[in-house]
Amino acid sequence: MNETQRNEKYNAYIKSKMPKTKAWPSLFHAFWVGGLICCLGEFIKELCLYIFPYMTSLEASNWSSIIIIIIAALLTGFGIYDKIGAYAGAGSIIPITGFSNSIASSALEFKREGMVFGLMAKMFVIAGPVIVTGVLVSIFAGLLYLIF
Amino acid sequence: MLNRIGKQTLIFRNRPRVLGRFSLVGPKEGRGNFGKFFHKVIEDDLFGENTYEKAECKMLNYTITEAINNSGIKKDEIDALFAGDLMNQIISSSFSARTIGVPYIGLFGACSTMAESIIMGACYVDGGFGRNVACATGSHFSSAEKQFRYPLELGTQRPPSSQWTVTGMGCTILGRAQSGIAVESATIGNVIDWNVSDVNNMGAAMAPAAMSTLKAHLDDTGKQPSDYDLIVTGDLGKLGSEILMDLMEYNGYHLGNNYSDCGQMMFTNTQKTFMGGSGCGCGASILNSYIFDRMEKGELKNVLFIATGALMSTLSSQQGNSIPAIAHAVALSIGGKQNV
Repeated sequence: MNETQRNEKYNAYIKSKMPKTKAWPSLFHAFWVGGLICCLGEFIKELCLYIFPYMTSLEASNWSSIIIIIIAALLTGFGIYDKIGAYAGAGSIIPITGFSNSIASSALEFKREGMVFGLMAKMFVIAGPVIVTGVLVSIFAGLLYLIF
Repeated sequence: MLNRIGKQTLIFRNRPRVLGRFSLVGPKEGRGNFGKFFHKVIEDDLFGENTYEKAECKMLNYTITEAINNSGIKKDEIDALFAGDLMNQIISSSFSARTIGVPYIGLFGACSTMAESIIMGACYVDGGFGRNVACATGSHFSSAEKQFRYPLELGTQRPPSSQWTVTGMGCTILGRAQSGIAVESATIGNVIDWNVSDVNNMGAAMAPAAMSTLKAHLDDTGKQPSDYDLIVTGDLGKLGSEILMDLMEYNGYHLGNNYSDCGQMMFTNTQKTFMGGSGCGCGASILNSYIFDRMEKGELKNVLFIATGALMSTLSSQQGNSIPAIAHAVALSIGGKQNV
């Protein structure tokens, strides 16, 4: 058995031994927490519309996003959001609150290296790729819209 | 006369002894399985500092100082300090050495550093280059997370094959004496890479290195695993130690009840660390507390301590390299003369 064969055999053996994430419980956790976060967003939007009757639906949505982002950043600072994330996984990463958490947690982690080269430079370490992808995809979608 | 048998094993004919030791762990480790054995459990993992890197350095400094106190030897009589850690440019060790002020040799062996430092220290004492030496290492969960993984507060899920970096330090003082735990021999490992590239499965990457060193040790010394009361690996974790047992079985050696792994034993099942502990401090803190305690009580006479380390960096992993690993073995004994 040469080295490549041995390594392949070993990696196959590891794969068979690796503990797997249980799919159904994870999906359920992600589903209910993610759903709850979305319901909270919707509730804040409805509340805005109820308190400020002249607000348009779009404005209320924006306010709802802003408020929910602030809540997530606060929960990150209090050390609660990472516990929610450990339980819910994608359920708390995919909503806008996950985005808020990724920026706030990086900012907290690197603030000790100074304001400029720590906090400001490292803030988007995790959110950066998401922003780049978002911009690129919207350019692509805009081009499609222009052509057709 | 060469103080070496076989290809990889060093024999310490003057039998350097453990003169003093100290272990320090963080709060989570203190609530783990070995909480009552550690010399000091700290409740604040910042240890009064404002960054985790500074805290790690202060903990290591404290551990080395206390180990020297524990040995009863004056600081002036410590002729060398061998230390290493996980931080880039081993800052915790070097910065500790700055304040301790004894001749210092910095080591990097990732999580294998406890064995590496004891081997270097034993060579130093055995060869008569120093009267007493300090061998130390440690790791901190939060500084390791920052350097190797994600921000602490990021809401991610850890994969079930992952391990938890131990906040823990260990220091052993070696010197010449008539009694006490002796360092009999040591086997220096080769760097082994079986093309595992999953950084969340360190146990699998390091198990072949542990197998290679353990096999070399047994082949060189002509011993069997059953000749040891305890064969203990540093931080292979639950999965890694199962793999090691399988690999040894494949090579014709049976590891029975006398085999265990510090990483696997460190935490309780309810502490959500999945495969257990990892990091330099994992093996270092348990060796310098529980294992040496039991040896001094005479419950364990011959112990083989194998510390394993994964020698990758975040850059090498991002560039698609697999994880090279190393393991060093140290044979410790108490009681009568074993070798020569």
